[in-house]
Amino acid sequence: MAAYILRRLFQSALILLGVSFITFVLLYVLPADPVRQIAGRSATAATVESIRQQLGLDQPFLVQYGNYLWNLVQGDLGRSYLQKTEVAELIASRLPATLLLLVAAISCELLIGLPLGIVAALNRGKAIDNGLMLTSFMTVSAPQFVVALLLLFIFAVKLGWFPIGGYGTFAHLVLPAVTLGILGSGWYSRIMRSSMIDVLRADFIRTARAKGLGRGKVILGHALPNAILPIIAMIGIDIGLFMSGIVVVESVFGWPGIGQLAWQAIQRVDIPIIMGVTLVSACGIVIGNLIADLISPLIDPRIKLR
Amino acid sequence: MRKLILSTALAAIFALPAFAPASATEPSYGGNMVLTYKDDVATLDPAIGYDWQNWSMIKSLFDGLMDYDPGTTTLRPGLAESYEISEDGLTYTFKLRKGVKFHNGRELVADDVVYSINRVVNPTTQSPGQGFFASIEGYDEAAEGKADAVAGISAPDAETVVIKLSRPDATFLHIMALNFSFIVPQEAVEAAGADFGKKPVGTGAFKLAEWSLGQRLVFEKNADYWISGVPYLDSFTVEVGQEPVVALLRAQNGEVDIPGDGIPPAKFVEVMKDEAQASLVVEGGQLHTGYITMNVTQAPFDKVEVRRAVNMAINKDRIIQVINGRAVPATQPLPPSMPGYTEGYEGYKFDQEGAKKLLAEAGYADGFDTEMFVMNTDPNPRIAQAIQQDLKAIGINVSIKSLAQANVIEAGGAGTAPMIWSGGMAWIADFPDPANFYGPILGCGGAVEGGWNWSKYCNPALDEMAAAADSIVDPAKEGERLAKWSEIYMKVMEDAPWAPVFNEQRFTMKSARMGGADELYVDPVSIPVNYDYVFIKE
Repeated sequence: MAAYILRRLFQSALILLGVSFITFVLLYVLPADPVRQIAGRSATAATVESIRQQLGLDQPFLVQYGNYLWNLVQGDLGRSYLQKTEVAELIASRLPATLLLLVAAISCELLIGLPLGIVAALNRGKAIDNGLMLTSFMTVSAPQFVVALLLLFIFAVKLGWFPIGGYGTFAHLVLPAVTLGILGSGWYSRIMRSSMIDVLRADFIRTARAKGLGRGKVILGHALPNAILPIIAMIGIDIGLFMSGIVVVESVFGWPGIGQLAWQAIQRVDIPIIMGVTLVSACGIVIGNLIADLISPLIDPRIKLR
Repeated sequence: MRKLILSTALAAIFALPAFAPASATEPSYGGNMVLTYKDDVATLDPAIGYDWQNWSMIKSLFDGLMDYDPGTTTLRPGLAESYEISEDGLTYTFKLRKGVKFHNGRELVADDVVYSINRVVNPTTQSPGQGFFASIEGYDEAAEGKADAVAGISAPDAETVVIKLSRPDATFLHIMALNFSFIVPQEAVEAAGADFGKKPVGTGAFKLAEWSLGQRLVFEKNADYWISGVPYLDSFTVEVGQEPVVALLRAQNGEVDIPGDGIPPAKFVEVMKDEAQASLVVEGGQLHTGYITMNVTQAPFDKVEVRRAVNMAINKDRIIQVINGRAVPATQPLPPSMPGYTEGYEGYKFDQEGAKKLLAEAGYADGFDTEMFVMNTDPNPRIAQAIQQDLKAIGINVSIKSLAQANVIEAGGAGTAPMIWSGGMAWIADFPDPANFYGPILGCGGAVEGGWNWSKYCNPALDEMAAAADSIVDPAKEGERLAKWSEIYMKVMEDAPWAPVFNEQRFTMKSARMGGADELYVDPVSIPVNYDYVFIKE
């Protein structure tokens, strides 16, 4: 187990190195100059060159990347070009909000998606199954911006049950989490359905039924634990999906997470922030997947970590 | 040395109540105003901040030697009690107001002014405002890092600042009113280091009380403010990261006093049709022009007939409809509210047949293919499409390159874009003077690699005229100077490196409880709102 974790951590470090390299290359070849964003429109060519030198952006690519990595291994993510603030501080101030939303949103996805998937599987081929699958298809393809605004309009503006955006209390968390929950639940219900259908066909389920176990016990006690495995893996992947889709929901609900930080940095070519957020997100995804893989054998003893 | 403005006259101005609003409601004190912005506030360091949302926050935290009458473009002394300009226009002597205190309690002295301007010019500060100080003697050496300080700035005593220029500059007092000239206390800058932008200390009407990164900033009244009677508000809270559509919903719900990004385009018609809401909207001009640049160094735009034809082919009224009528047609580079604007000049009239004739004269009877770069946020791509249709009608086939702002700016600076629609990046004046619309965007100085003169238009004769106009520093001859500027822009229109399209109007929504003259909510200088002078009605 320890050897496995060590090996996985080593792999994770390689993945992060790869992510940092690819992002750095993309930012390097981007036809937009961060120095012009800093220097402003009244700057002379000399000013621009002076800033470029101070930031080390006049150096060859590999030197720049090497410097970045060297600082990174010392725990230094650099300072924002435009805000001048430590990137680590900017990310740290926003990470709790993002993590909170991540946990709440994935919980919502599971709470909505799993029961629907189970119900669909048990009613395979019937109208209720078709209806549920059509709904799940619609939710995964619905535009985030529209759904978020619609929920906000109905439940916050019209009904006044929740605050109109913001951060701080449980009430603030509900709408963004439910929005992401609804939108992401479709993936889970579809996977849950097909996994459940496979398991329900298995011999051990037939045996359990033949022993005279009640329908509820068979489903919850025998089928579900076996059908849930793909869901655990899915959560690991979902963290990545979540990171890529959070910008819109954060912005509609005024949620102070790292998505908004990244979005604004991208518009202004603030490279240290873009790099920092990308690496932190990649870390999240890698850790999420690692945890999912570590949990799997606890649920299904047949899985061995190698 | 001749005194151009007497301190007694200034004292008289300042004996008046801080600002007498045109609408008769008597200002009342107290309360907290809530504003929202979509984008986070990057910094509150006056040497660095150059964004829509932080511009007037910085004005509320800091002061410069010069200032403007609230809601207007009229200069008035700020931290300087009075000033003198030498006969040759090269030496400015400012006398500081006595008893002005920084938020940290220390009294302002002349050395602070010297320090603050040196700091902006120092290349390690990386200030986007550095270039504004280019007319001060010794600027080049300091800006290149060869000298520690700008030689032309000195403080002979604690209350006097002398600034020597290397050339006469009629805009210099405006420069002294820019955010980049605001005075900062050295000890606070050095204590905070690079984080000064998050821990600002100034002399302004408000001080920063709280900043939760990515969430909110709270500004608290400075009880020791040197202008007696202001500010009226006890505090104002800025909530960031708020989508404009949601900010409007919150304003309608009474949670927000001012949605700082204005009324979102998609909601504009709905709001203006509703009488109750429309009555809360203040409309004002702004020092903005939206224009199409044509790269005069490349065929076919190297021919003036082609550029004039483009000017004539654009149906400006229809484009204004695309943005729900939130603009007025532009006839020239300067916006109507800018001094030096040429009244009565009608520009190139919409005339497709005339445009076709001009194209034929230039040898393009069958038209040509070209590209237009445009920033990829709404409504700019839609405006670009309207322009595309207009040009198609005279045989010019435009393909639209819709890119992120930074990429369009890059292409414009590199001179690789045949045409650019300026929307989203258009020139909004830094200070209300016609000179500010020329140098960087139409003058030879900006027509270099990376410059903001995207037409790469360079007319040395006009540069000479501009220098001559700006050497007229005597306020008594201001009319003569503005006439020169008007002439310069008329000559620009003859050469037609731009097709001016519209001047955007500003629409600010405020809650019913907000008081103060309408001008304060569309302040041409304290953009978007002048926080120091607005108040909450009882």
